[in-house]
Amino acid sequence: MLNRSKASLESTPQGNRFNLPTAELKEIAKKLRRHVITMIATAGSGHPGGSLSAADIITALYFKILCHNPENPQWPDRDRFILSKGHAAPILYAALAETGYFPLTELSTLRRLDSRLQGHPDSNFTPGVEMSAGSLGMGLSFAIGVALAARLDSKNYRTYVLLSDGECQEGQTWEAALSATHFKIDNLTTIVDCNGIQLSGWTRDIMNLEPFIEKWQAFGWHTIDIDGHDLNQILSAGQEAEKMKGKPTVIIARTIKGKGVGFMENNVAFHGKAPTWEEAERALKELA
Amino acid sequence: MDEASTRETYGKTLVELGRQNRDIVVLDADLSPSTMTSFFAREFPERFFNCGLQEQNMIAIAAGLAASGKTVFASTFAVFVICRCFDQLRLCISQPNLNVKIVATHSGITVGEDGISHQAIEDLALCCALPSFTVVVPADAIEAAEATRVASNNRGPFYIRLSRPKTPIVYHKNYHFTLGKAVTMRQGTDATIMATGIMVAKALEAADVLARQDIDCRVINMHTLKPLDEAAIVKAASETGAIVIAEEHLAQGGLGSRVAQTVAREKPVPMEFVNLGDRYASSGKAEELLQRYGLTARDIEESVKLVIKRK
Repeated sequence: MLNRSKASLESTPQGNRFNLPTAELKEIAKKLRRHVITMIATAGSGHPGGSLSAADIITALYFKILCHNPENPQWPDRDRFILSKGHAAPILYAALAETGYFPLTELSTLRRLDSRLQGHPDSNFTPGVEMSAGSLGMGLSFAIGVALAARLDSKNYRTYVLLSDGECQEGQTWEAALSATHFKIDNLTTIVDCNGIQLSGWTRDIMNLEPFIEKWQAFGWHTIDIDGHDLNQILSAGQEAEKMKGKPTVIIARTIKGKGVGFMENNVAFHGKAPTWEEAERALKELA
Repeated sequence: MDEASTRETYGKTLVELGRQNRDIVVLDADLSPSTMTSFFAREFPERFFNCGLQEQNMIAIAAGLAASGKTVFASTFAVFVICRCFDQLRLCISQPNLNVKIVATHSGITVGEDGISHQAIEDLALCCALPSFTVVVPADAIEAAEATRVASNNRGPFYIRLSRPKTPIVYHKNYHFTLGKAVTMRQGTDATIMATGIMVAKALEAADVLARQDIDCRVINMHTLKPLDEAAIVKAASETGAIVIAEEHLAQGGLGSRVAQTVAREKPVPMEFVNLGDRYASSGKAEELLQRYGLTARDIEESVKLVIKRK
């Protein structure tokens, strides 16, 4: 278990930030993946593939990049993280629990009646959840609103939003992409978890998004192309995005759906299917 | 009756509110010269965002701003914001109960010549279906201004429905609007006409005509569709024994459906309904359309006679 002593929450001029070395981040990402497997197996339903593909990105955000205060989730100066790909709620809940927003024991209540951990993120119930999501394509717009509010209030907090590549098939994502450039939004970092797979198959077969990077560039965005499982690349891309002024930045994170669990990797079936207990045990062994 | 534009009043009231509260932000989707948010844009350009022809984006941006402490007014034509953005209204605003005021203009068939693509006639059904929304249909420009102020001062999602044409003034300028409290415009004992929006003036006109025939009608302005003033409904049903509903909307899901639910549960009495029925309208001048589709004082008058016969 992560040492959640006060010492691990470092005070910076901008606020509080977990500031862990990369080696430790790797272990945390593994731990979050284990939570995802256990949570979804316990719930008997959920979306393991897209949680596992986003695990390293979420780890980098919650344990290194974000200034946040788990003891005061509404702290006005916190960095905001918005999970637009709402079906990856389990990996977000795992990070929120490990950073202290709510007890780890609560993770086993995922998707149960009266649980604060709804099937998709719900800002009414869950401490640390900024946006109710799950209907795809809305998160980038919402994040632009949050970023505009920061600008209006002359606040220094930064907004982060995680999209899936599949949800870039939604027209609203491109409305938002246009407007982010138009409004010169540079206090927002957009990350696309490009795992290449959606519910019923490979994105290239369902509704091809390529040429993907060129689309964002044509919409006026600064793009950074990285391996979304390489923590160093995620962290340096985060820094590069912060430095970019006058235009929005998107980090295209190339990931593997189901990353970390051999039989789930690149396996369409595990987009939205819970592992059996036998499968979960195999997965947990692999993630040990 | 004098006439005034509800949308012009809205635009001017927004400026007044913007001066008092610097957390007010206004969004529009390329229609600010028509919705009259242009007044606000001129005075507070830094707090106004023209989102272009991106209504869905606009609604989710509004949610993000509201989640960050802003009081957000988002305006465009009713049909584009309600019909096109229903999922965004539902998940981004209604469910998280965010402080976004949807003030839509050009509602109903009185949009006129632009035709059905521009005529929101199902918007009340859709908005009333959203759990945390407050839904208000002002009867005139004075009430539109009051409703805008009240929306600004009450947290949570609002839908305020305004019209394109000028609307007859039915209130004194000192009128004080109380959210969720129906206004008895005229006392009466033979039947009650409950109307909303532009139909309030027509209901008063019908009541005048009926009075000359010794039919004494109560007229109630149900400006707030949600939450509904159930006490006023029960009182009207008990005291007048018959109710006619008049609204510029389809038969389903609007004021008629909502009042009928209360009447059926609390005090069943005969009811008649003056509305568009279950059909789309067409292009034409506003007054011609109201005639063609049965939304005149005369239609209300006939419904009152019918409902009284059923008592």
